Amino acid sequence: MRDVAVVGIGITNFGYLWEKSWRDLAVEASLEAIKSSGVDKIDSIYLGNFSGGTFVEQEHMAAILADYLGFLHIPSTRIENACASGGVALRHAYMEVASGMSDVVLVTGVEKMTDVVTSQGVYSLSMAADREYEGYQGVTFPGLFALVAKKYMHDFNATRKQLAAVAVKNHKNASKNPKAQFHNIITIDDVLNASIIADPLGLYDCSPMTDGAASVILMPLEKAKKLSNAAKPIKISGIAQATDTIALAQRNDFVTFQATIEAAKKAYQMAGKSPQDINVAEVHDCFTIAEICAIEDLGFFEKGKGAKATEDGLTEIDGKIPVNPSGGLKGKGHPVGATGIAQIVNLVEQLRGQAKDLQVNNAKVGLAHNLGGSGATVTVTILEVI
Amino acid sequence: MTGIVGYGCYVPKRRIKVEEIAAQWGENAETLKNGLLVREKTVPAKDEDSVTIAYEAARNALKRAEIDPQEIGAVYIGSESKPYAVKPSATIVADALGITPAVHVADYEFACKAGSETVFVVYGLVKSGEIKYGLGIGSDTSQGAPKDPLEYTAAAGGAAFIMGNDNVIAEVIATYSYTTDTPDFWRRDGQSYPTHTGPFTGAPAYFHHTLNSAKGVMEKAKMTPKDITYCVFHQPNGAFPLRASKMLGFTKEQFEPGWVAPYIGNTYSGCSLLGLASVLDIAKANDIILVTSFGSGAGSDSFIFRVTERLEKVRNNAPLLKYYADRKQYVNYATYAFLRGKIKMRED
Amino acid sequence: MLTIPRNWREKPQRYMLKGGKCKDCGYTMYPARKVCPKCHSENIEIIDLPREGKILTYTVIYSAPEGFEDFSPYAVAIVELTNGARLMLQIVDTDFNNIEIGKKVSVVFRRLFVEGKAGIIIYGPKAIVED
Repeated sequence: MRDVAVVGIGITNFGYLWEKSWRDLAVEASLEAIKSSGVDKIDSIYLGNFSGGTFVEQEHMAAILADYLGFLHIPSTRIENACASGGVALRHAYMEVASGMSDVVLVTGVEKMTDVVTSQGVYSLSMAADREYEGYQGVTFPGLFALVAKKYMHDFNATRKQLAAVAVKNHKNASKNPKAQFHNIITIDDVLNASIIADPLGLYDCSPMTDGAASVILMPLEKAKKLSNAAKPIKISGIAQATDTIALAQRNDFVTFQATIEAAKKAYQMAGKSPQDINVAEVHDCFTIAEICAIEDLGFFEKGKGAKATEDGLTEIDGKIPVNPSGGLKGKGHPVGATGIAQIVNLVEQLRGQAKDLQVNNAKVGLAHNLGGSGATVTVTILEVI
Repeated sequence: MTGIVGYGCYVPKRRIKVEEIAAQWGENAETLKNGLLVREKTVPAKDEDSVTIAYEAARNALKRAEIDPQEIGAVYIGSESKPYAVKPSATIVADALGITPAVHVADYEFACKAGSETVFVVYGLVKSGEIKYGLGIGSDTSQGAPKDPLEYTAAAGGAAFIMGNDNVIAEVIATYSYTTDTPDFWRRDGQSYPTHTGPFTGAPAYFHHTLNSAKGVMEKAKMTPKDITYCVFHQPNGAFPLRASKMLGFTKEQFEPGWVAPYIGNTYSGCSLLGLASVLDIAKANDIILVTSFGSGAGSDSFIFRVTERLEKVRNNAPLLKYYADRKQYVNYATYAFLRGKIKMRED
Repeated sequence: MLTIPRNWREKPQRYMLKGGKCKDCGYTMYPARKVCPKCHSENIEIIDLPREGKILTYTVIYSAPEGFEDFSPYAVAIVELTNGARLMLQIVDTDFNNIEIGKKVSVVFRRLFVEGKAGIIIYGPKAIVED
């Protein structure tokens, strides 16, 4: 197995992008990544996308991307693992490069979510849950995470205010991220007074519907070092994926995401790192409660302490462990299939020292946590400055 | 001995008061309540219909019958509010209760007599030995047009009866039917609400058939009102059955236990059967029960039952009508209108 | 939405609350599976699940997906039945203030959703809080 590095990155604006189709977005991010890597050809493409079929009535999207990039005839593969589609696509690209099968692989994540009305979007997203045994009871994604939040608050005496601190922090960070969907600062009261989506989660506890795309180019580390006109390569030192039951009801513990624990354990081991070594993390805050559970399950805080830690500012950009300096899914936006790749783009910027107003001091090791569904698929990726 | 081996009832939790409907139309609630002798009525939830009501009632009947559902040879539902114009209701209930597939199943429509009709037919099948047990259900989410007097009474509920030849809790002593084509109330195909003929629904329709049917069955059983412990009649409102009972010479004590319309409303095909269930909830061994149903243009069926010792043994296997009657959630007119599909929603 | 054959196939679970029990380790499940998720045994028997249980966690959904708009707001809970099997159920006929973790519920038979004015009506299990 060869060491693998990220050499090029690209990301579109995130938001309600009425003028742009999914093709426009995927091509825009991909071209940016290709150009910034300094390569002139690519060997293979992976496309992370959750539900082109229901959002834009288009399956078989990977071939379209190859075609529209002008790279016809190379292999191009779409990966679908709900909201973890991007992270899983990255892992497959990693394996293709590490194995020696290909030298230059483009990984793009894209989702175009705003061509449908909200109830249809909610319906599409609900397909990432157990259709026959959760969906048919009318459970939505906010609903699933609300079930987690209710139990978490019950077990650990956590408050809605503590959950709200996640949203306030991530909006604050997003306000300095030019690509983010939201640039408005919000207060705890704004979060608490917003309309309830699924009790106890309100509008500001939930990530939005977002259009957007993000791309990275992976290469063998040794070859990447020899590229003359590329930006600094960032090594992927650990990457792992794990599963859990798709139906939330089947878990022994509703507030611990076992797939996060398993994927993190493997990724830390592969990278030879521990939670204490991580300088910056982009975690899957599809809902405020999800960030709280993630920072516990990734080992940054003890179980039950994440809510208080967030309220105390320990996950701010200048905190003990900066979490989601990009604004996260909450502030930056959550174009489902693009999210896992956008996290990598944001971390590469951090590790290159190019994150501008969002820069974490002395960031050398970063962690990305991408979660699908209510936690049935999780990828954890550790990036490192070489 | 042939008779009832299990019975069960169900009425929805939601209620609307006569005052609430009267306020909507600027009518006098006290006058209406005194005239109709109905205080409030049940309202089905958005996810309830005559099938779910029939299911819950039949499930309760099965609990009391203490039999294997597979031994039931016929399942019939009588209703005026089938969820589908074409697609049977009773198959859904039979399937969900584990009675299918070796069973004869049918839906009955026979105005408000459809419920007792099913009991009449399964009784015959059981008595003839054609089937071991039969399940008859009357269940409705009754329709009443906005501002129509019927709106104050049209309610939702149902009751189910399993008939058999062993472990009988109430033996059938006699049956009698009295039928003519007397069109006092109908609903044409495709119409949302029924049409009724005002005073013509009284003397020539409800009273003529109810009184003659009740008299007929008592004559057949060689009984007089004095021999009867409890009497139950169809209850389009509270007033009609009260007047019928008085005209036949029954006392308050004989009549009131089966008088459910004042607090449930008119459950169409469920009416007389809910009244019977209510009486079985309190009856003792050897009590004699007269039940007379009525359906507009359908006539009247009558039964006389004698309660056995077994009733008290199985009564508490399932909730009594009082349990359902006491659990209430009042709704306002707007919610009622929404729940009954009277608010025009966007259609996709 | 769920197609007719799919729902028809699910009738044992939807209509009758059929579940599975591992004959080797005793694990109970809804729905039944080919393989026991706890001990990998394929020795699974189909059982009638109990219709009583308790709430493990719950929520009230205000923003409903397509097909459920008419029902919102509605409560949904993860319910543990008395034999340990767990499933997701809507909690109906119950004041939201009366829904709590640990409360006893029983299963009822209701409409799950309706495919428009001309389409099929899908029935299945929901639950009510026992007072």
